[in-house]
Amino acid sequence: MILQLAWRNIWRNKRRTLITISAIAFAVFLASFMRSFQKGIWDSVIDGAVNQFYGYAQVHADGYWDDQTIDNSMELDAQLNALPQSVDLVADVVPRIESFALASSGDLTSGVFVLGIDPVKENAMTQIADKIIAGSYLTPTDEAVVVASGVAKKLGLALNDTIILISQGYHGVNAAGKYPIKGIFEFGIPDLNKRLLLLPIKAAETFYGAEGRATTLILKINDRNDVPMAIAATTQQLPNEKYEVLEWQELMPELVEARLLDEAGGYIIIGILYLLITFAIFGTILMMTKERSYEFGVLTAIGMRRRKLFGVIWLETIIVAMLGAIVGILMSIPIVYYLHINPIPAAAMGADAAEAFEKFGISGDLPTAFDKSTFFIQALIIFLITSLLAIYPWTTIMNLKPIEAMRG
Amino acid sequence: MTVIKASNLTKTYNPDKIPVRALRGVDLAIEKGEFTAIVGPSGSGKTTLLNIIGGLDRPTAGEVEVGGKDISQLSDNQLIDFRKDNIGFVFQSYNLIPVLTAKENVEFVMVLQNRPKAERDKRAESLLTAVGIAEKMDKRPSELSGGQQQRVAVARALASKPAFILADEPTANLDSESTAGLLDMMATMNKEENITFVFSTHDQRVIDRARRVVTLVDGKIVSDERR
Ligand SMILES: Nc1ncnc2c1ncn2[C@@H]1O[C@H](COP(=O)(O)OP(=O)(O)O)[C@@H](O)[C@H]1O
Ligand SMILES: [Mg+2]
Repeated sequence: MILQLAWRNIWRNKRRTLITISAIAFAVFLASFMRSFQKGIWDSVIDGAVNQFYGYAQVHADGYWDDQTIDNSMELDAQLNALPQSVDLVADVVPRIESFALASSGDLTSGVFVLGIDPVKENAMTQIADKIIAGSYLTPTDEAVVVASGVAKKLGLALNDTIILISQGYHGVNAAGKYPIKGIFEFGIPDLNKRLLLLPIKAAETFYGAEGRATTLILKINDRNDVPMAIAATTQQLPNEKYEVLEWQELMPELVEARLLDEAGGYIIIGILYLLITFAIFGTILMMTKERSYEFGVLTAIGMRRRKLFGVIWLETIIVAMLGAIVGILMSIPIVYYLHINPIPAAAMGADAAEAFEKFGISGDLPTAFDKSTFFIQALIIFLITSLLAIYPWTTIMNLKPIEAMRG
Repeated sequence: MTVIKASNLTKTYNPDKIPVRALRGVDLAIEKGEFTAIVGPSGSGKTTLLNIIGGLDRPTAGEVEVGGKDISQLSDNQLIDFRKDNIGFVFQSYNLIPVLTAKENVEFVMVLQNRPKAERDKRAESLLTAVGIAEKMDKRPSELSGGQQQRVAVARALASKPAFILADEPTANLDSESTAGLLDMMATMNKEENITFVFSTHDQRVIDRARRVVTLVDGKIVSDERR
């Protein structure tokens, strides 16, 4: 009967209840949508950076990340190469020699970011071969390079032109070499597109005088959720005075920071939205409590304990609030899901936005994140707001004097 | 058997500012099965007296015993439970929970007492039959006349099997026909079921029906006659 009482009380003032439910539903809808959209964009950005370049985790010689020189490279030994066998969650390891060189062609000179890669493994991870726009991709035994289109432009390079690389190799040896341009690719991360040059890791070892070494070993992990476990297992396997294992957040702190900053802006907007809703809910609770004080007086007079009476009122407000939250979630699910399956093209966000996205390496689609927890959190927020506001009827009921309440 | 025993009750409102001495030394004993009217002009202290013997308010001085138990020492929750199990209240008006039907209103006190559903059903129906509105059982208060609402209120007051019923001017908002009907019903309950009623009024027609009339003037009992 208590539940029945609460349910009927809710519909005593249909109009007010419906307005309250709609207001809550609207806020939950907007908040779910905004969060899913923002989360979706950033997930794309991070996945883009992870899949195109960084990977979810990397192994280096200890200290390499703070001082990224070829002298801090590591020997690519059997233990490292066996990681896919010794750690379940690591699907493969992708070695690189990452360093710098001065590149020149004719009288043009420019600094380039040299990536010595295993052409097969690298392509399996980043699909870099698909980005070749002229010429062809590398094979492991090539003594040739492919360059990003930005580099080609800067140095006036065409296919089969020769590029001269000069650098300092392992332990200070002189590094110099002459390579033909086998291909030109278009890289998704604009900053790297201006500087990137790839050559087979064998050729890079020779160039830098670093036989059998690598600066970087990317751990290929198939599911983002497995990353912490995979890192823990890898760290266990390797002697930790010799190696460092970094995860993607550490590999691209600027991106993580940019995300936090951007999301903070979103949280502020959602916070304001919920603040408005807090006032709306409070208004309803206030009116409901005030207009029923006579009734509360009668109920305590005839023997209803205050806690029980409060329980009924709390139930009423929670039911209204949760109805609002559920309606809001049900409204947002189809839209969020639709945009998850049929993402908005980045270009549709306007030229400025598209350009900004491109900086982070996303030029394609922007799917919303369809994540149960996003919806659940909105319902939880509404629940907490309402429970907090229930302090008002609580104090009213606890301090109620039946005869005064009934005198009106 | 004495069901209510009030001794030397004093009630002073606003003791710090402008004190109003609503009761000045009231002694009153009510016996089981009595049909008592508390009468007196407006402001004489009738409501104050009923509130105090009903455990809704505390006296400034003096003592109230209900069924031999001193209720002035009870905590807030104990007092609420005490009212639930021992006292039936009928107020001037708006006694009922608007969203519950007549029958549910009567059942409600029994829900608070954790009585089983079958017992609640049976008792609510028989009480509503006894107060003469069996056919309106499933109506909400807003669909009932003032007189019918007060009948439901009496049925609800009886539902908890209280020691007595307190009614503060139960007929104040009723027309004369409904007043007579309600009084008839209460008198019948009193005679046939030996239910103890204490009600206040300043309506002469109601006073005429009482079997004991206690008259208050300025917070003092000036006469107490049984007939
Ligand atoms: N809460 C209160 N505060 C101050 N004075 C009160 C209060 N309640 C009643 N009184 C005063 O106490 C006196 C008795 O009131 P009441 O018991 O209501 O009389 P009755 O019910 O006979 O009309 C009146 O003078 C009234 O104004
Ligand atoms: Mg009065």
